[in-house]
Amino acid sequence: MELRVLSLYPEQMNIYADRGNIVFLQRRCEWRGIGFSHAGAGPGDAVDPGAHDLFYIGGGQDRDQRMVAADMVASKRESLVGAVDDGAALLAVCGGYQLLGNSYQLGEEVLPGLGLAELETVREPGARLIGNVAIEVDLGGGPNLLAGFENHGGRTYLGAGAQPLGRVLEGHGNNGRDGFEGVRRDNLIGTYLHGPLLPKNAWLADHLIAQALERRYGTRPQLEPLDDAFEDAAHAGARAAAGA
Amino acid sequence: MLFGAKVLASRGIGAASRASGRGGGTTLPGRILLRLQPDAIARLGAGLDRGTTLVSATNGKTTTAGMIAAVLAAEGRAPVHNRAGSNMTWGVATALLEQDGNEGLFEVDEAWLPRVAEQLEPSLIVLCNLFRDQLDRYGEMEALADEWARAVAARGDGTGFALNADDPLIADLGRDSDEEPRPGVIYFGIDDDSQALPELQHAFDAKHCRRCGHPYAYERAFVGHLGHYSCPNCGARRPRPDVAATRIELDGMRGSRSTIRTPAGEIELELPLPGVYNVYNALAAIAASLRLGVAPDRIAAALGEMRAAFGRVETIAVDGVDLSILLIKNPAGANEVLRTLRLEAEDEPIALWIALNDRIADGRDVSWIWDADFELLDGAVRRVVCAGTRAPEMALRLKYAGWPTDRIEVVVGIEASLDRAVAAASGSLYALPTYTALLELHKLLTARGLAEDFWR
Repeated sequence: MELRVLSLYPEQMNIYADRGNIVFLQRRCEWRGIGFSHAGAGPGDAVDPGAHDLFYIGGGQDRDQRMVAADMVASKRESLVGAVDDGAALLAVCGGYQLLGNSYQLGEEVLPGLGLAELETVREPGARLIGNVAIEVDLGGGPNLLAGFENHGGRTYLGAGAQPLGRVLEGHGNNGRDGFEGVRRDNLIGTYLHGPLLPKNAWLADHLIAQALERRYGTRPQLEPLDDAFEDAAHAGARAAAGA
Repeated sequence: MLFGAKVLASRGIGAASRASGRGGGTTLPGRILLRLQPDAIARLGAGLDRGTTLVSATNGKTTTAGMIAAVLAAEGRAPVHNRAGSNMTWGVATALLEQDGNEGLFEVDEAWLPRVAEQLEPSLIVLCNLFRDQLDRYGEMEALADEWARAVAARGDGTGFALNADDPLIADLGRDSDEEPRPGVIYFGIDDDSQALPELQHAFDAKHCRRCGHPYAYERAFVGHLGHYSCPNCGARRPRPDVAATRIELDGMRGSRSTIRTPAGEIELELPLPGVYNVYNALAAIAASLRLGVAPDRIAAALGEMRAAFGRVETIAVDGVDLSILLIKNPAGANEVLRTLRLEAEDEPIALWIALNDRIADGRDVSWIWDADFELLDGAVRRVVCAGTRAPEMALRLKYAGWPTDRIEVVVGIEASLDRAVAAASGSLYALPTYTALLELHKLLTARGLAEDFWR
């Protein structure tokens, strides 16, 4: 078995130590004897929707995000829509999450989006939404908790048909108003819990690994349990920092 | 109340605060004065008729300002200086309140630089680097660079600049919109290609030309994104440095020897501080000191006698163990510390104490530890004790950097964990605290009579 990961715009969209997520997935595969391959797709690069089972996009500075939005819609939209429709896992974090929707209004400009989820992001007067955050989510296996850190100027509003990733326990979430955080559909997750959220939430990393392997090999694998004492302590620390 | 009375009242509160032993003497008087008199910095600064130097950077502010202070001290000059590193407006105001002098030397927090520059009308501004740092507090580097550009443009010809040629975000500040150099700029940089990093580091922060937005082409980098670059699209490129290290020899934790080219002749520098990052700090200090009228050989002599700034490579004996303290606070700075320690660990594995706090002054967001290359010390560490409010995430980072988990221990409390690390060390121990953990450590060592009270 092999986990095949593609990072979208790893040079541009890496502002909050997004590589922590990749190294976390890699080690957890290695320790279980699961192969791991990781590639990157940058500006202009075409994406083969069948070649990878877990797609990742992180956060970037405004300038990078502008360039990436235009390039991604031009060079990758069809492939990514095809991959998600076909059951590939996609994790989009922070700036990457904002690009999943129909559009992102950044000042005077409107950045195009992938249209993978029914959501819109706008800038509103008021401070950036910054701080530790904890949300309650249920990805099918019962209620669970994600803890992390958010730092975003944009406010995201979900459309009527969109399902949030979770409910905010502590922190701001999508817009600081409606109590929702992130978005999910099929095996796609978008969230403002930025940067290295998988190290703080090992259960989500394993969930993504299992989803991606299921897409490749047809059956849901039983992942070998690991000694997660360090992971559990870091999760508890992130959760406590958020006050949850 | 008259201004003079406000000054006296604020000074009195500072003295009382120190006498009570509660600390806070480096900021409290300034905080009070600024509340009573918002333009106090401008008023007090007007008395600095020999000129004022400001130093700002993400990394190396305290060290660089300390180096300039050491050079001036050797010349018999005693500038008003916020030497304890309290570098926001209230720290500057406190120094102005409590010290007399006819020239000023202030390190200034990146975000506060525009405001302080406006009030003090400095004769020299020294700008060293911009790295990703505490994004929850400072925001994006490009936004900060834009604010600095506006602050620089607002200064008249009375302000000179010492700028790092190797940081495109900084070097660009010395040119106007036609690529013409601004008058009064002295550039510094490294011209020794043998010090280049084998590859560009992961946390790489200046990717796009400030002029046209095209990605820069890098020939080499020395620290983070500091290096030799050009824009293939519009032709903007690294300016030739006036002060340049043309040959650098590193000697682990002990320091370095280098040859420095200056407009006033070549000097040999023996710097008792480790790493290429301290060579950059020294280059900034040399460029500034030349502008302040000090002769090159006298600058080199003073820097050779330099002692580390508080918490930036101090060595203190604790229960028979040599404790070396190296502040870490962001990926670029931490990577330089890790590179230096890897040299130290060449002969035998080292013992470490890493304290990760997430208080406001550290940045509440600890994501940055996943951008720092702890992989550099994989296999080089005998024992590490993780401390601080986010110690468990630090331990997790080390596990995923490949460090064996049976060598990683978590003891959250600063005192208990330090004792544990000292007990497990033999000979030497390297302490890597974030900023507030450093303050806690220093307080602890002071209470034990092992370190001096740092704001004396």
